[in-house]
Amino acid sequence: MPPVLRATGLTKVFGPREKEALRLAGEGVRRDEIHRQTGSTLAVHDVGFAVERGELFVVMGLSGSGKSTLVRLLNRLIEPSAGTVEVDGQDLRALGDADLRTLRNQKVSMVFQHFALLPHRTVRENAAYGLKVRGVGAGEQRERADWALRTVGLLDRADARPEQLSGGMQQRVGLARALAADSEVLLMDEPFSALDPLIRRDMQDLLVRLQTELHKTIVFITHDLNEAMRLGDRILMLKDGRTVQLGTGPEIISAPADDYVADFTSDVDRTRVLTAGDLLREPRMTAQLGQSTGEVLRALGAAEANGVYVLDADRRIAGVARDDLLARAVQDGRSAVGPRELVADYTTTTPDRPLVEFVHLVGRHPVPLGVVDDDGRLLGVVPRAAVLDALAVVPARREG
Amino acid sequence: MPDIPLGQWVSDFIDWLLATVPWLFDAISAVMQVLVDGLTGALATPPPVVWIVLFTLVALLIRGWGLALYTVLAFLLVVSLELWVETMQTLALVLVAAVIATAIGVPIGILAARNRALSVVVRPVLDSMQTTPVFVYLIPAVFFFGVGVVPGVVATILFAIPPGVRLTELGIRQVDREVVEAAHAFGARPGQILREVQLPLALPSIMAGINQVIMLALSMVVTAGLLGAAGLGAVVVRAVTQLDVASGFEGGLAVVLLAIFLDRLTAAFGHPTALSRLFRARTRRTAPSGGTAETPRRSEEPAQAPA
Repeated sequence: MPPVLRATGLTKVFGPREKEALRLAGEGVRRDEIHRQTGSTLAVHDVGFAVERGELFVVMGLSGSGKSTLVRLLNRLIEPSAGTVEVDGQDLRALGDADLRTLRNQKVSMVFQHFALLPHRTVRENAAYGLKVRGVGAGEQRERADWALRTVGLLDRADARPEQLSGGMQQRVGLARALAADSEVLLMDEPFSALDPLIRRDMQDLLVRLQTELHKTIVFITHDLNEAMRLGDRILMLKDGRTVQLGTGPEIISAPADDYVADFTSDVDRTRVLTAGDLLREPRMTAQLGQSTGEVLRALGAAEANGVYVLDADRRIAGVARDDLLARAVQDGRSAVGPRELVADYTTTTPDRPLVEFVHLVGRHPVPLGVVDDDGRLLGVVPRAAVLDALAVVPARREG
Repeated sequence: MPDIPLGQWVSDFIDWLLATVPWLFDAISAVMQVLVDGLTGALATPPPVVWIVLFTLVALLIRGWGLALYTVLAFLLVVSLELWVETMQTLALVLVAAVIATAIGVPIGILAARNRALSVVVRPVLDSMQTTPVFVYLIPAVFFFGVGVVPGVVATILFAIPPGVRLTELGIRQVDREVVEAAHAFGARPGQILREVQLPLALPSIMAGINQVIMLALSMVVTAGLLGAAGLGAVVVRAVTQLDVASGFEGGLAVVLLAIFLDRLTAAFGHPTALSRLFRARTRRTAPSGGTAETPRRSEEPAQAPA
């Protein structure tokens, strides 16, 4: 399936002597040097990415990194200096004013940092704004707006004015306005930055829940890497208007592209980002039901381990064979590993669980934490060393 | 230094205008005369009590008991000073001038807010309009329209336009940029954005501008008494020429009383709470007939069939 949104070589220069600034940017001249030579600001330079249908794509950067400009280039609220944007294969820069307005109204909705609600309209009228612009009938406006407000949990305040609501509620209205328009693409410009941390967390949960139901194609701007890691399927790290790294959260954490990214990732709560799947290792050894007890015991001795997962023919975990029980079996003359040698001395998890949820289980048992698929088959293990390795912060920031 | 006959040029230009488009000035003159005469007749013909009651009701509705009480006392005092007719003549002049000045000033302000080049041109023009001594306005007005009410109204309009332009432009420029951006982001047309976002949000500022237009019109309309416009201006001018302290004081007091009434009344328009109170009162009354305000009603009574 082709991507819903594709940006290619997006560049924006603010100020005079645009051509010259573009030429310098193309030569890789730094942003402050371009400003010194031309008086223009290179806000965004040569940023390209494609967002798949249903993907939540995060653009992450500090203030001044060009992220707010970038998101406005995506619906041409700001005219690009160079590069293209395509929505559903339609080139935005080829559109006339009327077609561009239609596209904004029907395909690309936006959520703003400071909510940007109409203070003189009710919550319901605000939610219906995109539909009103579209010219749909009052009944349908109301129906869609009420659906959107119910979806964000605010239907009971539909007749209030925005000023009567808290910040979090106002942003829910902003979200409802975007949802009611029923656009494929949502552009969210730091939507939760103006909210206090607890509310921000609630809103993130809300967005995650909405996304599992509605599967919108979202470009989400943030300066908070924890938020980016939490929400983003993929993250684009932006610095001085240029792409520094593009990848999934775990990819960025485990292999930061440069010191700038590494600096950020050192502050991230890795236990929430990394999942069992990310830490998965091939088990050093496993045993099969019916295998020779003596053989397993010798292998345990060689591996200096106290226990081993015993699997059935389908790689499902039958239990754990502990060295002391195996020794007794050998003594008692039982030559094949059977139920009497097995104990339930282990814990398992699924690959999608974040580290924070299972970190306390690691190292409790003679065998490492097992990672199993939905059918109970062993995919691999998370040994204690893997957890410690993941939690160890990347080399401390270098000064200068 | 060469002698630049700037004044002569302006004078020549006015002569040329008069010779070229006399019908234009005749038409303006006729329209103004009809407007002022009609409104003066409506205000001054009925017994004072009719209008005093109406003014008081308006004051009560818009501002509350305080202004209502003031209105009764102030206008009764005007009646007892035997200046009622003159006051109504002045009020008619002010209203006509203020309405026309607003009708000219607010659109210019809107255009200036949307067009930086126009704004740059308009600003120095407004500056010079506001710093030109008020009597200077009277001279071209007399040339174009002779003496009487019409040149007074025209001079008053010119004098009162600037705050309407300025505060409209300011109000629109001060509308939250993100809200305007949101309207763009949802595909609204420029006209829709102006009507549904910028003007409503700039309304307090525009209303403050209209308030200033009215106050300036009132101050100029007295000066216009010099041209023979009837009303309190004529009373004051007569008192000045005759050094009649008593009637000068009374005429001046009537102007002040009228000014306070108009100011408090129109200041309420610019005040968001008073305005929204007025709005809410209106929407509640119109609710059953339709419009957006009916929605809460309908949700309370789901079984009700649409009217």
